[in-house]
This record gives sequence, C-alpha cells and structure tokens, in this order.
Amino acid sequence: MSTREIKDLTRRDYQYGFVTDIESDSAPPGLSEDIVRFISAKKNEPEWLLDWRLKAYRSWLEMTEPKWAAVSYPPIDFQSISYYSAPKSKTDGPKSLDEVDPELLETYKKLGIPLHEQEMLAGVAVDAVFDSVSVATTFKGKLNDLGIIFCSFSEAVQEHPELVRQYLGSVVPITDNFYAALNSAVFSDGSFCYIPKGVRCPMELSTYFRINAANTGQFERTLIVADDGATVSYLEGCTAPQRDENQLHAAVVELVALEESNIKYSTVQNWYPGDKNGKGGIYNFVTKRGKCAGRNSKISWTQVETGSAITWKYPSCLLQGDGSVGEFYSVAVTNNYQQADTGTKMIHIGKNTKSTIISKGISAGHGQQTYRGLVKVLKGAENARNYSQCDSLLLGDQCGAHTVPYLEVKNPSAHVEHEASTSKISEDQVYYCQQRGLSAEDAVSLIVNGFCKEVFRELPMEFAVEAQKLLGVTLEGSVG
Amino acid sequence: MLTIKNLHASAGGAEILKALDLEVKSGEVHAIMGPNGSGKSTLAHVLAGREGYDVTEGHVTFDGQNLLDLSVEERACAGLFLGFQYPVEIPGVANNYFLRASLNAIRKARGEEELDAMDFLGLLKKKAALVEMDPKFLTRPVNVGFSGGEKKRNEILQMAVLEPKLAVLDETDSGLDIDALRVVSKGIESLRSPEHSIVLITHYQRLLDYVVPDVVHVFAGGRIVQSGGKELAIELEKNGYAAFESAASA
Repeated sequence: MSTREIKDLTRRDYQYGFVTDIESDSAPPGLSEDIVRFISAKKNEPEWLLDWRLKAYRSWLEMTEPKWAAVSYPPIDFQSISYYSAPKSKTDGPKSLDEVDPELLETYKKLGIPLHEQEMLAGVAVDAVFDSVSVATTFKGKLNDLGIIFCSFSEAVQEHPELVRQYLGSVVPITDNFYAALNSAVFSDGSFCYIPKGVRCPMELSTYFRINAANTGQFERTLIVADDGATVSYLEGCTAPQRDENQLHAAVVELVALEESNIKYSTVQNWYPGDKNGKGGIYNFVTKRGKCAGRNSKISWTQVETGSAITWKYPSCLLQGDGSVGEFYSVAVTNNYQQADTGTKMIHIGKNTKSTIISKGISAGHGQQTYRGLVKVLKGAENARNYSQCDSLLLGDQCGAHTVPYLEVKNPSAHVEHEASTSKISEDQVYYCQQRGLSAEDAVSLIVNGFCKEVFRELPMEFAVEAQKLLGVTLEGSVG
Repeated sequence: MLTIKNLHASAGGAEILKALDLEVKSGEVHAIMGPNGSGKSTLAHVLAGREGYDVTEGHVTFDGQNLLDLSVEERACAGLFLGFQYPVEIPGVANNYFLRASLNAIRKARGEEELDAMDFLGLLKKKAALVEMDPKFLTRPVNVGFSGGEKKRNEILQMAVLEPKLAVLDETDSGLDIDALRVVSKGIESLRSPEHSIVLITHYQRLLDYVVPDVVHVFAGGRIVQSGGKELAIELEKNGYAAFESAASA
C-alpha cells in the first residue's frame, strides 16, 4: 500500500451538506451600534443586556484579529456579514426524506442516525418531525420536575434574567479576545442550562439538544451552570455533516462549576470543511472556557473535530476551587486543505488542582494541524498536577502536525508532565490488516480509531460509536 | 490447492525468485528450508500480494483462481493466510476486536453470515485455549507489548480462528522456547486436515519434529533445488546448505 493510495483513500468529496433556504427576516450587512440595538430589540432584551452588548461592541472596535495561530485565510470583511437573521418557517424544505439527496441519507445511515433525527437534520417540514417533538416534551417534563432549567438562551433571558445576569461573561469576559467580544455584541442564540444544588441530571443533554437546537446561528452563546453538588453531561453538535451559508462562526461557551459539581461537555463538530481544493468551508473561531469555581469541582471537555476549513479553538479550564479537576480530551482531523489550531489552557489557581490533557491529531491530504496548549500553575496553586499527552498521526506526506506546548509554573510543588509523539500509518500495518481480509479503507479506519481510543472512551456511549463511524467516513470516502 | 509455475519475482530491481515451481495439494504440509537471503520470505509476500514485489514471469493458481490477479485482501478472503515473521503492532485496537473484524470480513466475502460478539467470543475462547493463550492477551492491543513468542502464538491463534485453506507460516518457529514451540506446533497440527494445506518456512528442523511434513523442499538462489521427505530435513541439519547453494549457482 503506497503513500499514494493512502492519499487516494483520504481524498473524498463532501457532498453531504445541505443548504436550506429559510425565509429570513435579516438585518442588512454591516456592524454598528444600531445593528447591536436592532438585535437586542428584536429579542426583546432588558436594558442591562443591551448595555452589555454595546460595551462588548465598543471593546471589539478597539481590538485586532489575533494572528498568532498557525492558520492562514484571506482577510474577513466584518462589514459584509449580516448579523441578524431570524428563521421564520421551514416551508421551503423538503416535504419528506424522499426529496432528500440519497447520498446524504446514506451518510446518516452509516452514522446510525435515527429516522426522525434524519428528517430534522435534512430540514424536512415540521409536521414530519411530530414524533420527536413529543419525545422532547417528555424530556422537558422530567427535567422540570428536578428543577433543571434547559432552554434556548433567548428564553433564559426572558424567564431567568437573574441567573443569566449573574453568570454571563463571568468566565469569558467581553474583552477576552476579538472573537469573544464580537460574539458578546451580536450573539444570536444558544443554550442555557442550570442544574440546581445536589441534582444529578438523569440524562445526557444530547438527544434533547439534537432535536431542538439544530440551527442556532453563527454567533452561538452557551452558558451552563452546575450548582453545588450538581452533575451534568452535555453534548453539543452531531456527527451528521452540516453545511451553513455563514462562513464565519464565532461561538462562546461558558461553563460554571460550583462546589463538588461536575460538568462533562462533549462536542462533535462536522461543519462543511470546504472542497478538496480548499475552496469554501466554515471558519470556526470558538471560545470555550469553564470555571471550576467551587471546591472539588470538575470540568471535562471532550471534542471530536472533523469539520470546518479553519478551526481555532481552545476549550479551557480555570481551576479556581481547591481540589478542582480539569480534563481535555480531543480528536482533531484535518484532511484536504483543512487547518486546525486547537488545544487547551489549564490554569491552576487553587490548591491540589489536577488537570489531564489528551490530544490526538490526525492529518491527511494537505491538512495542517497545530496543538497549542498552555499549562499555567499560579503561585498559590500548591501541589498542582498536570499530565499532557499529544499524539499526532500523519496520513500521506503532504500534511503537517505541530505541537506547541506552553508551560508556566510559578509554584515549586507542581508536577507537570508532557509527552508528545508523531507517527505515520505504516504500510506494514495496512498490509497486515489486508492480509487478514480487511480492505485498505477499513484498515485505515481501524488504525485511526485505535489511535483515538483514549479519547473516544470519554464520549457518551452512543456517541462514541457514531464518532468512530464518522472518522471512518471522514477519512475514507467510502460512502456508497 | 496451490500451483506455482516458473515464477520470477523481483523487489527493488533485483530478481529474487528465479523460475520457482511448487505444487501443494489439499491436505499436504510442505516445509521450505533454506539459508538466509535465499528468497523464502519473498515467496511468502509474493503469495500474499504485498506491494513492492513484482512478478515478472510465471503463474500461480490457488484453489482454481489466478492468484496474481487478486488484491491482498481478496487473497486473504479466498483462504490464504500468511503467518508473519514479524507480526505488526496496532496500538489501541484490541486483539479480539481485530480478529472479529478479520473473521467477519472473510465470512462476508464468502457470503456467510457475520458472527455476532457472543458467538465470536465462544469461538475465540476455544481457540485461545488451544494455543494456551492467557485470556488477558485477547483484550490487549494487537501485538503491542507482546514478547516475540507471544506474537508468534498470536499469529497461530489468528490462523486457528480463520481456518484458512492454505497457511503460509514464515519462520513462525523462530525465537520460540521449547514450550512455546510445542504449543505453536499443536496449533498448526490442529489445522491439519484433508481440506487445509500448510507451507512452513523455517530454518530449523526442530519444528518438523512436531509438525511432520509430507514434503521438504530445499530453497536456494530463489528456487527449489531439491525436494524429498522428512529425511531431507535431517540431512540438511547435519550437512548445512552449502552443497545446495553451490548447486543453485551452478
């Protein structure tokens, strides 16, 4: 099996995205204070939130785009983007799955996505999704009984303004970075979740999410708060390929973990990556951060990133509470001309804080990938512990993998470990698998999944299975 | 089962197999013995279809098919198994998972139903007991952290599960201690039946004390220079290959 063949295997066309032409009530392109006011008014927001947005907008004006990431793309014209677009109805969507591109359906099937979700994902008109609506209602009732708040961000602003006001921007301040400031000024919608004291959320907040919040727009805002002793597992995104007419995505996710609480946040991102010549594709500039505010709290990020033309993303943990724990498990795939600069920041502030970083990067085609991670141990963080492991796997000889670990340790009692490796799929491995009857495609898929195993086992069970299949589909062009 | 006629093959521009003829009938066990560098392993890889080996002349028929027309995995699915001299490690992929994927790929190609996890587990346990493999190796990543002997035992386990029509075992006995050799031999013997053929590539006669071959071939200079019964192996052990090597180059 030659390098050339591996290259052929990993080259595949992305034909599975879709564009649904939703009649929209959108703002004219461009960004100004008026647009920020317009968005806020459209959403009927309280005065304090408008002020917050305006403050963010004014900070953003003073800021410049970060250029330190190892990604290159043409300059973004922020005045050519429309910052508000309200979906009105789905009447233009396909009437049933029969009208949907069979290849798209084939992909859904390969990923094992249930029929009613396929309909939702493919944008089939509402009444066809009746089943899932009732399922969602059942979930909602169950969550309500436990006092769990889980709703769209807009709804939360109306129904629970005190909670939103208390925690919004408490982890990612409006001035944090260029894209976070932009998001704070113009965010469209997103999710809000509050788990009250001592409550263990009885279900993965995944199924619900996948049914209800498919299209939250390009400036998504998520806020999750786990009160003392609460536990929640949240899943964002889905393995099904997603296409979006908005090229720029700048989401912000904030997690707050109070005393003895536990938040597990899993992401599967499969946005349109552009074609095999590097044309098109989503730019994904995301700020994700969690604060372990309370003693013995824990935040765990797990991400599987296979889509987007450009990924700029560093899910991080502020380990403030004594004995708090931060974890980051990541699989990132770059194929064709995809670029990813991704990693994490673990900031040890409290005593006896612990962090683990497991990053698996896979590059194929002309993909370029950088792991960028910061482990920072502040002066007062007695007995901080960190273990980092960054492994890169290369498929072919045109791709690249780079590892940039930053370590800042200001307390002598800290233990910080970093391990890194770069390897290639060897022809011997593929040959060995083929001699045992597997096709070259299945062999590559098997080897890559083996490489990612430590991360996949952190995913919720049903998603781990989907993620494995997704990786196969992403790398092999084996559709049909 | 296997018919090789006038096979010429080269690797990296050098001709390694030179006018090789070999006939292995159903149910037969053949031993191919020869000095280092004589092309024994090349023969194994040419049969398996490894890239980088070019067949320049000759024919190979396997179970009625033109073997050289088939891809590596098609050969495997047709019932050809190669026991690797250096088994490959696959990190993160559990041994049992790998073997089930393998078995099911082959069953699927044959039009048989795939085995579910439970049925497969039953089969695997039985075969693991046959090669006296500690069950903990079944859930460990394929060959990762295995000793040389454990890797070879694992090859035999794979063979026992896949039950190939023809097993070509490339120096499976190298690096085994006496106990491991006995176990591996037992595994090989278990495949022996009128429907299965085995080609043992080996340097040493000792394996042949446990797996008594029907035919022994002396391999030198890229072809078979002499064939005979088991006594040929004993003669080789006593006198070495020198006489045959000079015969090959003559």
